Amino acid sequence: MNVAVAKTGKGRAVSDLFTSAEGRLPGSPTVIATRREAFETYERLGLPHRRIEEWKYTDLRALVGEVLPLAAAPDAAALKRAADAVKAQAIAGARKLVLVDGVFAADLSDVKELATEVGFRTLRETLEKDAGLLKTASTDAVIALNAAMATDGLVLSIADGAQLSVPIQIIHIATAASASSFTRSQVAIGKGARATIVESFVAAGAKAYQISDAVLITVGDDADVAHIRLMDDSPDALNVTSHFVTIGANVKFNFFNMTTGAAVSRLQGFITLAGEGSELSANGVNLLQKTEHGDTTLVVDHAVPNCVSREVFRAVIDDRAHSVFQGRIIVRPDAQKTDGKMMIRALLLSDEAEADNKPELEIFADDVSCGHGATAGALDDNLLFYLKARGLPEKQAQALLIQAFVGEAIEQIADDNLREHVIGIAERWLERRS
Amino acid sequence: MALLEVKDLQVRVEEREILHGLTLTVNEGEIHAIMGPNGSGKSTLSHVIAGKPGYEVTGGQILFKGEDLLEMKPEERAAKGVFLAFQYPVEIPGVATMTFLRTALNAQRKARGESEYSTPDFLKKVREVSKSLNIPQDMLKRGVNVGFSGGEKKRNEVLQMALFEPSLCILDEMDSGLDIDALRIAADGVNALHSPKRAMVVITHYQRLLNYIVPDVVHVMSKGRVVKSGGKELALELEASGYAQFEDAA
Ligand SMILES: Nc1ncnc2c1ncn2[C@@H]1O[C@H](COP(=O)(O)OP(=O)(O)OP(=O)(O)O)[C@@H](O)[C@H]1O
Ligand SMILES: [Mg+2]
Repeated sequence: MNVAVAKTGKGRAVSDLFTSAEGRLPGSPTVIATRREAFETYERLGLPHRRIEEWKYTDLRALVGEVLPLAAAPDAAALKRAADAVKAQAIAGARKLVLVDGVFAADLSDVKELATEVGFRTLRETLEKDAGLLKTASTDAVIALNAAMATDGLVLSIADGAQLSVPIQIIHIATAASASSFTRSQVAIGKGARATIVESFVAAGAKAYQISDAVLITVGDDADVAHIRLMDDSPDALNVTSHFVTIGANVKFNFFNMTTGAAVSRLQGFITLAGEGSELSANGVNLLQKTEHGDTTLVVDHAVPNCVSREVFRAVIDDRAHSVFQGRIIVRPDAQKTDGKMMIRALLLSDEAEADNKPELEIFADDVSCGHGATAGALDDNLLFYLKARGLPEKQAQALLIQAFVGEAIEQIADDNLREHVIGIAERWLERRS
Repeated sequence: MALLEVKDLQVRVEEREILHGLTLTVNEGEIHAIMGPNGSGKSTLSHVIAGKPGYEVTGGQILFKGEDLLEMKPEERAAKGVFLAFQYPVEIPGVATMTFLRTALNAQRKARGESEYSTPDFLKKVREVSKSLNIPQDMLKRGVNVGFSGGEKKRNEVLQMALFEPSLCILDEMDSGLDIDALRIAADGVNALHSPKRAMVVITHYQRLLNYIVPDVVHVMSKGRVVKSGGKELALELEASGYAQFEDAA
């Protein structure tokens, strides 16, 4: 067998992914054509690898190899398992919207309880009419693949001036082992609205599955938004998520991501400050153990003057795990008086733990105040000894210091209830440490 | 009964011997003072007793209630009743003092097979103790020692001691950095803990502390050894004549 034949062989296998799924992918014939086009883009590019600058530290070809076949639509047993998982994840008072193996599960969701100012449809419904939501101005292969394969998602619109008193919690449940699911959602937040969106990713018994998610968010002027993503997928899963966020004027946008699961994960966020006077707080925590690989890549684009961005990122890396944080702040030529700061700190709990922190500033305006810092180090022995001398066993002493370390990012979450929920997930991660 | 027995202890730090055969016995109910010039090894001794890593014990032994202390982890020593009030307490940002105190107290109780304190019982106890030591409640909400003044840090050490009720209290220069009033309050706190079952080892440079905490025995340390022991009058003698007379003995 020569190389050319081998390539063709692999190409055909990849195409099978699409053809075998095609009958189950929702959408009108034009939508299917868009999907096909997106798939061709993906096929041409293939999975991202280390020679693509943005993916330098997360070589999906080496880490993942192949994309698994699309998960079957969940059956009754799967939905039953998902229901239990939903209960365990639910945030008190939140309105839940549940996706099981990439398909919206109405029976597990609180659609009727949503506030009247919240418009709700599924991606599936919108694709009957047009393919708009499958289009993004991105040349990234994983985003193209997501457009080609997205089975469902949530399309939310929050009316101008709506003041939502409880969070909307989108819960992704995986029940199908060794299968992939693709979701794509849109959240359009109206002018002057106040809302909290939480996304949770968990497994209900499933192993070795793959998740691809894309979320498109637009925020109207004067809105006040908290967006919290909690990825606690099965430790052998893959999760690749892309966020596209466009923020209007005088907005307060508070984003927080926590990675506590998945063998390989990447969250790439593209956040554009498109209106003046807005404040972005984008924070994250990676808690990684065993051989986990967790990548958080945030691109904050100051497209207009007078915006503030603050990023606090903490990684705790145990065993042979690998954390990647790439933070890029772009300041466009017009974006004078930009104030952008980014602080990345990694805590290495083992000699074999690895951290790649890459802060980057691309500044094209001259009257700006931007800065970044990145540090990596171990727990302070003197602090550990002090705690032990007061009776704390090693693991408990470490846990206290680790909680303090990630606390600097978690405390950016304003809501007490949500912060406690997040701390709870971090505590469970600490208990999982051997 | 002997609570602490240090026998011919030899300790190295980074290839250099700091303690050269130190012997010291402290019985239940006694108060001992250790005095001695800078660098004579007082803090080293206290660190080795508490189990701080980085010290290599090359000879001798330490028994606590007859058990080999050097075989125990620092947290085991704490649970068994060894407490060191540090000369330089560390700051722990992000760990609220209250959380720290409760976690530590309950860890010690758990190690001893005792039940954990309930939240109300714990709060009541902390409130009592901190009040007697003149420590404001809002200080306890801050990170451990974070932004505390030198004197406040020392008082926080005494607070922990009062809370944990150890049987051996080693106070390493508790008086440094304390103003006169704070010194008296802290000393009162230490004296309140004095009991027939508990022993105190007070490391200090100043005779003044010993007016408040009156020792049964005073030891002079020089160059890694105890070179002289005597009654409380030895402290006064030292105050008058300095350490020069002991340098040769060492
Ligand atoms: N980690 C270390 N590395 C190297 N030398 C050390 C270390 N710790 C202590 N020493 C040395 O050991 C000797 C004893 O120090 P130690 O702190 O025990 O003295 P001390 O009697 O407590 O002094 P002081 O009265 O100033 O507190 C000093 O010479 C000191 O420099
Ligand atoms: Mg000292």
